[in-house]
Order: sequence, then C-alpha cells, then structure tokens
Amino acid sequence: MGCEMTEPLLVFFVLAALAVIGAVSLILQKHPIHSALSLIVVMVALAGLYLLMGAEFVAAVQIIVYGGAIMVLFVFVIMLLNAGAEERTSLSKMAGPPGLLLVAALAAFVAATIARSGASVQAAAETGALSSTRGISEMIFKDFVYPFELTSFLVLVAILGATVLAQREKS
Amino acid sequence: MHHDGILAGGGHLTVHFLFATRDELFITIAKIAILLFIVLTVNAYLTWFERKVVAHIQSRWGPHRVGPHGLLQPLADGVKFFFKEDPTPAGVDKFVYFLAPLLALALALTSIAIIPFGPEPLHLFGHDIYLGIAPLDLNIGILALFAITALGVYGVALAGWASNSKYPLLGGLRSSAQMISYELALTLSVVGVLLMAGTFNLRDIINAQAPLAGHPDRGIIGWNIWPQILGFFCFFTAAVAETNRVPFDLPEAEQELVAGFNTEYASFKFAMFFIAEYTSMITISCLATIMFFGGWLSPFPVSWTLTHYLPSVILIPFGLWVVLDGFRYETVLGRVVLPAVGTVVTALGLGFIVFPHANAFIQAPFWFLSKVLLFLFVYVWMRGTLPRFRYDQLMALGWKLLLPLSIVNVALTSFLILAKMQWGAK
Amino acid sequence: MVPTNYYVILSAILFGLGVFAFIFKRNVITIFMSIELMLNAVNLAFVAFSQALGKLDGQVFVLFVIVVAAAEAAVGLGIIILIARNRQTLNVERVDLLKL
Repeated sequence: MGCEMTEPLLVFFVLAALAVIGAVSLILQKHPIHSALSLIVVMVALAGLYLLMGAEFVAAVQIIVYGGAIMVLFVFVIMLLNAGAEERTSLSKMAGPPGLLLVAALAAFVAATIARSGASVQAAAETGALSSTRGISEMIFKDFVYPFELTSFLVLVAILGATVLAQREKS
Repeated sequence: MHHDGILAGGGHLTVHFLFATRDELFITIAKIAILLFIVLTVNAYLTWFERKVVAHIQSRWGPHRVGPHGLLQPLADGVKFFFKEDPTPAGVDKFVYFLAPLLALALALTSIAIIPFGPEPLHLFGHDIYLGIAPLDLNIGILALFAITALGVYGVALAGWASNSKYPLLGGLRSSAQMISYELALTLSVVGVLLMAGTFNLRDIINAQAPLAGHPDRGIIGWNIWPQILGFFCFFTAAVAETNRVPFDLPEAEQELVAGFNTEYASFKFAMFFIAEYTSMITISCLATIMFFGGWLSPFPVSWTLTHYLPSVILIPFGLWVVLDGFRYETVLGRVVLPAVGTVVTALGLGFIVFPHANAFIQAPFWFLSKVLLFLFVYVWMRGTLPRFRYDQLMALGWKLLLPLSIVNVALTSFLILAKMQWGAK
Repeated sequence: MVPTNYYVILSAILFGLGVFAFIFKRNVITIFMSIELMLNAVNLAFVAFSQALGKLDGQVFVLFVIVVAAAEAAVGLGIIILIARNRQTLNVERVDLLKL
C-alpha cells in the first residue's frame, strides 16, 4: 500500500481504532450494560466510517435504527431483567485460549485473502453523479421491491411474535 | 450557493476541505466556540423568560429583585449551581452515572450545529463565512438531526438506571418509553415536507418555500404550514412530548415521581440535564421554523421594500424604552448599564437604516430569530396554561392518534403530489 | 483515498472479535450483542465494496440487513425474557435441560 498519510486516512484510523476498542471492551467488560455501551460506540464509529465513504443515508439509518432503536431495546431488557455482573465459570475459562486462537486464525485468513487480491479491489473513482438517497430509493422501489415487501412482512411477524412472547401468563 | 459538505461521492472531500487550509479549520473552530457561547447564553435567558412569562400568566411578578427586571437571575442561578454540594449516592454505577448527563448535554449541543441560520455568507478577511457550521451542511440534514434525537433516549434511560433507586428507575423507563413512542410520529410527520421539497437538506427545504419564478411575491403564502397543517400539528405535539415538556412532562414532574430520572442528580449534573432540555427546545423551535414556517424568509412579499426596515422599526423604540426605563432604578446596574444597552440597541437600529448592506444582511437572521422566539413563547405559554397528561393517556395519544395521523398525512401528501404531476403533464 | 482493503480488513477484525465474544461470554444478552457486532462487521464490508465498485447495491443490501437484524433482535430478546423468567438465570450454562 503506497499511500501517504492523508487526512482521510487519519480519520479512518481514528474511527477504526474506536471501533476495535469498542469491540474489545464488549468482550472485557463484566456487566452487560457496559458491553451494550461499548457496542453503541462501535456502531457510532461505523456510522462515521460510512460517512467517510460517502454512504450518508446508510450512516443515518445505522444510527437511527441500530443505535437508536435496537440498542435501546437491549438496554431496556438489561434494565428490566436486572442483569448483574457476569460470573466466570470453569467452562468459560477453558474456552478462552482455544477460542482466541481460532478467531485469530479466522481473521488472519480472511485478511490475508483480501490483501493478496489487493490490486483488483482498489477504490474506484467517486460516483458523484447520483445522490445516495435518491439512488438507493430508486433501487429499492424498482429492482428490489419484492424483497422490500417481504421484509415489511417479516417485521410485522416479528412485532406479533415479540408481543406474544413477552406477555405474562394469564393464570 | 451553499457548500455541499458531504457529497454523494465521498466524505473524504469534506475532510480534505476542512484540513487543507489552516484558515478553514480556524474559522470552523471559531464558529463552534461562538455558537456554543450564544446557545448557552440563550439557554440561561430562556429560563428567565420562562419564569417571567409563567409568572405573568399566573398574575404575579416572577423574578424582579436580582438586577433590573430580574435579568441577573440566571447569573445567580449559575453561581448557585457552582457552589452547591454535588453528592454521589452510594451504590451507583459510577461510569454510567457520570456518563448520562454528559451524553444528554453533548447530544443536545451537537444538534445545534446542523441548523443553518442565514442564506448569505459574511465576507470577512477575504473568506466567505456561512452562517451555520459549513462543513456540516449535510445532504442528509434533517435525518442527521433525527439520528441525534434518537440517541438522546440514552441520556434519560441510563440516568434512571444508574441512580440505583426506584423512583429514578421508574421515571427513566417511563420517560424513555415516551421518547421512543413519539419519535416515530416526529419522524413521520415531516415526511410530507420532505416529499414537497424533494431533499433532506435544510437550506433547500427553506429555498423550496421561497418566491418562485412564476410567483415572485409569495411571502407567507408559500410557506409549508398551509399545505402541511396536519403535519405541523403532529410535529409540534410529538416534539413537545419528545423534549419532555408540559403537557407531557409526567416522568419528570415534581409532584409525580419526585422529579423522575433526575432525582439523584444535584447541582452541576442536574444543570447539565436542564441545559440539554432547553437546548433541545431551541433546536425543535428552529426545526419547526425551517420546515413549516419558511425559515429565514420574510412573511411579506419581497417587492414590499418598506418591510425591509422592520428590524429598525422594532429596535429603535425598544432601545429608547430601555434607556428611559434605566432611569427608574437607583442601582448602578439600572442607572448606567441599562441606558448604555439601550443606546447600543438604538444605534444598531439606526445603523440598519443608514447602511443598506447591513440591512440586507440582517433580514434573514432577524426573521429566523423572531420565528424561533415565537415558538419558544408558545412552549412557555403551554407550560403556564395546560395540565399534564396521565401516562397511559400520553402513550395512547402517541400510538393511537399521532402515528396514524402522520401516516395519513404522508399518504395524502404523496397522493396529491402525484395528482399534481399527472395534471401538470396533461 | 482510503483503500478498500483497509475497510475489509477492519471488517474481518470486527467479525473475529464478534465470534470470540460469542464463544467466550456467558451472559445470554452479551452473546446476542456479539451477533449484532458480527452483523455490523458484515455491513461494513458491504458498504466498502459498494464504494469500490461504484454501485449502490451494497448499500441497499445493508438496509435489508439492518431491518432483518431489528426483527431478529425483537424476537430474540422476547425469547431471552422468557428464559430469564422460567429459569431465573441469564447464564447460558445453566440452561441445559436438554443436555444428556
């Protein structure tokens, strides 16, 4: 990679470091609420990366839906269930080192594969012509209209399912 | 021509622009500092304004001892917050307890950065300084504001949970459930405006309400409030609920849940929540102005040039009244400072008559600020007159009334736009 | 310009960390959060390739992934609430009635 430290690269490294620190913090924290907060940090860092890449609509949707709705759901459930700090059992202590090895191997394999095919996937020129939101909406409602309707149906089913699951027993 | 801060091609262009010249970076930092200062001062005097107006609605004076007309009351409150003891209850989760007010304040202040205050730039020292933090003139302006509002739920929920006590927990849960419910209606109610303007960009939404080539004298007729009256009522109701103000302030009212989620927060941290709430009030007022009331556009048609002198017509008598009012007092502040302030205001008003450049520049911010002040007055007026909703009435209103109304508004607007396109084509 | 490889390597690292959290943690809610982390890593790869190829398909797919993740989170958390109510624990090792 022969590129000098330009400002976007610096911003990328800052946001990437933030995301990785958030993910590591998710693993190291003992209380689930702290893990949830770390995951929110990861999501906001990723939204920043999407903005850096020019995917502004996706960045906004990421923060509104993922950070502002899904993670709020997680935080509510943690508060309602009064989840306490985690306990360390013998089984989890055993699973630590092999898991670390396995994951490091997986990540290294993926990264090496991508890096070796480096030349073909360099960044293309900007497609400044089409605004992100307009282009995405045209694609959703023209090419992907069936998946769109199916996912709306899926969300309806999920709402019904969650409502039924969370009801108290009427006995 | 505004800066396209985040282009559809890559955010890296914004980063280049911001860091390429030292001047742009310096100008942006200076703008941020000035805007922060202005917003915090307006917050402080908004509390004075609220106490005075609510007091007059209730046939009493309000603060009138600390300084002339009680104008130094916010200063006294600030000093009180500084010196009050700031206890931390036992058994709280320290990190989250300190994070919650910080998060609420940071998010509320960030949302002010996205709002544009005027169309034309100041030309100082060879640079064009736009009113509004220029690299953030986002193509997704309104969506970014909703993103920040969505994150604002955490401040309240985490504050309630971290306080390790049952009243704050209940208050926090209720308040965050309320905020999430009304967020849906809030987001949907502006979709009508977005359909009419065709963009998320705040400046373009204002320009879509401006005089057109075919109708050069639109003025107040062109504003979005007339076609989007339903959307406006849904938006304003949802916004009042979102900022936890009367009549939707059950989760934080003193008589109900012992001040709800901010029970265990004292002095400085409570002040942070307080400032966050008032700042979000200001942001919502600015949003309502931009989207429904034409932003910085004058209600009078542009051809009525006499109305361009309205800022002076308001400033000069006000300045003279302040000067004369100063002589009533016997303290230094009343006798000296008030007439000085009055003279400055009168000189400003006269200056706008004498210098047409300055007058042309001040039109947009003047109308913008007066409309925002009008909305803030409506907020305070509601606080003085309306009783509060019970929690189940509140949630029923959000889900069973506002959400269907917003959806009906979206459907109606899109149907009418489609019909207009068909008829226009024929 | 930031090369696309950087984004994809970051996505691989985040995905690996998500898998590790899935294996290592014992609280069922934290395990669920690691699934969300993995989905986010995949989203990052999608957007990176969308920018590299100059087409918007990747971003459309990211939107679908986010919607499906939302639906999954809702139902999954409902199930977790039921587990907590019935077994009075959030530790996955204690939910082992089907174990031989």
